[in-house]
Amino acid sequence: MANNILVFIEQRNGQIKKASLEAISSAAEIAQKLSYKVNGVTIGNDINDLQSLSNYGLEQITHYKNSNLENYSPTAYTEITSKAITEYDGDIIFFSNTSLGKDLAPRIAAKFDAGIAIDCISLEISGNEIIAQRPVFAGKALVEVKVNSPKKIFTLRPNVFKVKTNSANNTEVKTVNVDNPNLATKVIEVKKSEGKLDVAEADIIVSGGRGLKGPEHFHLVEELARALGAASGASRAVVDAGWRPHSEQVGQTGKTVSPSLYVALGISGAIQHLAGMRSSKYIVAINKDKDAPIFQVADYGIVGDLFEIVPALIEEIKKIKS
Amino acid sequence: MKIAVCISHVPDTAAKINIGSDGKSIDPSGVSFVVNPYDEFAIEEALKTKEKLGGETVAISLGSEASKETLRKALAMGIDNAVLLKDDSYRDSLSVAKALAEEIKNQNAELVFFGKQSVDYDNSITGQLTAELLGYHCISVVVSFTLDGNKIVAEREIEGGKEVVETVLPAVITAQKGLNDPRYASLKGIMAAKKKVIEEKTIAAAVNHTELLGMKKPPLKQAGKIIGNDASAVPELVRLLREEAKVI
Repeated sequence: MANNILVFIEQRNGQIKKASLEAISSAAEIAQKLSYKVNGVTIGNDINDLQSLSNYGLEQITHYKNSNLENYSPTAYTEITSKAITEYDGDIIFFSNTSLGKDLAPRIAAKFDAGIAIDCISLEISGNEIIAQRPVFAGKALVEVKVNSPKKIFTLRPNVFKVKTNSANNTEVKTVNVDNPNLATKVIEVKKSEGKLDVAEADIIVSGGRGLKGPEHFHLVEELARALGAASGASRAVVDAGWRPHSEQVGQTGKTVSPSLYVALGISGAIQHLAGMRSSKYIVAINKDKDAPIFQVADYGIVGDLFEIVPALIEEIKKIKS
Repeated sequence: MKIAVCISHVPDTAAKINIGSDGKSIDPSGVSFVVNPYDEFAIEEALKTKEKLGGETVAISLGSEASKETLRKALAMGIDNAVLLKDDSYRDSLSVAKALAEEIKNQNAELVFFGKQSVDYDNSITGQLTAELLGYHCISVVVSFTLDGNKIVAEREIEGGKEVVETVLPAVITAQKGLNDPRYASLKGIMAAKKKVIEEKTIAAAVNHTELLGMKKPPLKQAGKIIGNDASAVPELVRLLREEAKVI
């Protein structure tokens, strides 16, 4: 045992992801409890503000740099991360449970024959071991998992672990230029959904369901989302009906989310939907059916006509924000 | 070309989940099982690819006898052959991937489709693990797929958009909802599937690198308060969100 934690730090467009700040904060805390060392690895071209990561408790961050590594390449990222794990002799490796992390972490697990715990929502130390808690069945149940192989891999659900800086400001940032990365599988283009926040990353989500009666009324969801600085989401019923794109679907065959605030408009709360959003910190439901299951998980509810209530809510939010 | 599709038999998403008496698994009583929803997109893409380019399709499932129902469904949709890797024990994703990789090698399949995740343990990694073990390329969470000669161009869903990814065969593709519209099995397909033999294979005992210590239901959320029944409740709702919840 080398007693080293290594954190994969993810960048998109040269910006460090917030989920990575959560992962390094959590790794530093665990490293302290286990008396491990903790280092970071990041891959990309120019990365902004790497120096700003110097007060999270990491000893060193290695930035593997090449102009062809700005976007994700599964082959190149797998090879480079594997190399970093070997160089740092990492026995515990953290990733964020993002679309990139979920793609990369298992490849590393296969390479090192390492056990992997995906989408962890809590990491506790018991004895000298990490006990991970993770949701299964989209959150209808939770399991506790321990990894027994020499190398152990964890992916951490975004928006769950707290970002914590350290008083010491002493992380060394090292840049290594990569020659000829293996680009056998590579991203050739990134298509952004214009100006839209993604439900998987948003701190506030406003979702709409069948109660909106038709796609033409979804502007209410979008306007409220805009007023709150939120992402817009949707129930499976309206995605299956073709009113909204699948990327907005919250629930068991969509995205499992845990924002600070989830506002459900005209959503009755089918079991697969509740599974995907019940871990939100606060839930607001507006629905005309007082017996709708959504009210069983809602912190605050208004039983009434959303076509009357939502415009008033949008105005009220705009008023307090201005 | 041989095309494989790896599928699993899982509780219906409408099912209520209760914990079994061992405290480590679900209580299956009263739970109906279905083809993993994402695997239907994988099956459809395998069929579409065969229709376009020719070849042979095989569905592989690792699980108990009951998984035959799911394999039968794949046959009814039009998959040529089915293999059950019979195993009743708990296996983690890596252990599943090792058995699948072995069978994919046996089958000599160059193109393999998976659902992007199974809706039971929600690991979302078996496809990538299997690909890496085989030394195949892999694109996960795919919403559009084209194969031209040896070259694959696929779009994968990411936060707030899509990535267009390029690679070559041999490859593993994991299917996301939106990739296609899975067909319904025809009556003829269902009848033909009943006559087909599902090949059963025994596999090496599971060696798990992860240990499931326990399973529990998430803490119950207390039903909150109903603030009102029309727009006059809005100011109070906003006050609670600001002062009590402090989320806006």
